[in-house]
Amino acid sequence: MLPALVFAVLVTQLPFLVSIYYSFTNLKDRTQSIIPEPTRFVGIDNYKAIFSDQFFRQAMWTSVQMTVYSVVLSLVFGTLFALLLDRKFFGQGIVRTLLITPFLLMPVVAALIWKQQMFSSIFGILDKVLNFFGLSSVAFISDHPLASIVTVLVWQWTPFMMLIMLAGLQSQPSDILEAAGVDGATPLGIFRQLTLPHLRRYLELGALLGSIYIVQAFDAIDVMTGGGPGSTNVPYYVYQESLGGGFRYGAASAYAIVVVIFSIIIATFSLRVLSGLLKDEDRA
Amino acid sequence: MTERKRRRGTRLSVGESRVSMVALGLAAWVVGALWIFPFAWTVLTSFKTEQDASAQTLHQGLSFGRYNDVSQSTQGTLSLGTAFTNSLIVVLVSTTIVMLLALPAAYALAIRPVPKWRDVLFFFISTKFLPVVASIFPIYVYASKWNLIGTRTILIVLYIAINLPLAVWMTRSFFSEVPRELIEAAEIDGTSLFNQLRSVIMPIAAPGIAATALLCVIFAWNEYFYAIQLNFAGASTMPQWVIGNVSTRGNFLAKLSAASMIACLPVILAGWAAQKRMIRGLSMGALK
Repeated sequence: MLPALVFAVLVTQLPFLVSIYYSFTNLKDRTQSIIPEPTRFVGIDNYKAIFSDQFFRQAMWTSVQMTVYSVVLSLVFGTLFALLLDRKFFGQGIVRTLLITPFLLMPVVAALIWKQQMFSSIFGILDKVLNFFGLSSVAFISDHPLASIVTVLVWQWTPFMMLIMLAGLQSQPSDILEAAGVDGATPLGIFRQLTLPHLRRYLELGALLGSIYIVQAFDAIDVMTGGGPGSTNVPYYVYQESLGGGFRYGAASAYAIVVVIFSIIIATFSLRVLSGLLKDEDRA
Repeated sequence: MTERKRRRGTRLSVGESRVSMVALGLAAWVVGALWIFPFAWTVLTSFKTEQDASAQTLHQGLSFGRYNDVSQSTQGTLSLGTAFTNSLIVVLVSTTIVMLLALPAAYALAIRPVPKWRDVLFFFISTKFLPVVASIFPIYVYASKWNLIGTRTILIVLYIAINLPLAVWMTRSFFSEVPRELIEAAEIDGTSLFNQLRSVIMPIAAPGIAATALLCVIFAWNEYFYAIQLNFAGASTMPQWVIGNVSTRGNFLAKLSAASMIACLPVILAGWAAQKRMIRGLSMGALK
């Protein structure tokens, strides 16, 4: 175990500590500024600046919306699809394969597919469909950047959630279900009282893993909007402030530290909400 | 190992008549078709001519022409061969090391729990909460100090770091599925640790371990952020190659589609082949 632990500490924790140190300095990329300033300690100035930065607040709000919408929608779709798939029907394996595929695509490619083939007002299929029904074109990405990105994220993450939920459904002990059936329980009752509570931990797992990855969404934003208003989440904003052109490493580190705190909160929060919902379901 | 009896599946509707069976099967097909549509359309586009692709028509037939176009390398741009080799090396090396690090860690966490194993496990998961942007500047600064920018080494190190928590977490749960009695019996028989691993633990945990390794491969193959931040030079990987095919002038949709398909094909094939195993792997343990 030690090697794994040492590696994790070296590569993930040390840079983070260095980031914390940077966040208290005015470190900048020297080659990018006209008058190089010596790096010095600035205390909590960077953190104070965060509170007056409205773009950061906006990015926070975008992050929350993007994560919550994407996780909830892909969990709902994933569960529904898993229920549809967890039965014998003609071509079950093929349909499962079709549904899984988007998860296997590169996020970059998924974003490009949607941007160029679906949403684009020049080549886009959605545009052609709208015109076919006599509706006017919609500039999906520029007018609804958040919804566009959430669409791509949901498209990719629903299959992941579906896999987890399928695993959950298939791990249900069959004898209990059969016993309930013999006792005359309705399928809906079985679902509400046996299946759903059993799935609870799987839903939590899906929500947790989903939020960890989706809160850090970068690729889709970079490809689709390049961080326009309404689609810049916190990681993307931090990127813009530093390596993406701002080169204010010190200030950006402070943002990044806030991001860490923030993503822990989001992950814990989404987990709480979910288990809270399901506990209510249990009591009903 | 006894094969578990296959259940009849979830029943949604009262009585589950033949009609509703067929209807739900059809519903699944409709959903599947809808979900695959953007991808299927891109596959189709990748075989079209550029004129057909940008007009979304199909007058000039289908061919492998665009695949041919994108695999030709032009001077001064990233070639498919280079990007593919880079990706392959980075993914295989990083995933192998991840598994070599994760298996002993999982063993120590699940089968012979060390003191405070819960804390250790939580630590591993918590490193995943750390957004990559939070550690990218120090990594960038030190990588350039040590001349690692634009090398495969830095990507391998970072991909190990992003996949290790997931791998430790998942393999631990698969290991804890191995019945304790089996291990104890093997110990009483005086089986060596290596043989225990080989003949008792691995056969049971293998599907789960395969699923874990596959997830690591997917995440590493598809990774883009570190790749563009640290690797703009010679060690560029496949996602960068795809982006390189986005043209700012002229028709490019069919070529871009062809490039996307080439880039995604290895992972898609692996995923298709391993999907059942992945579901089984996840159901076996991911939660225990």
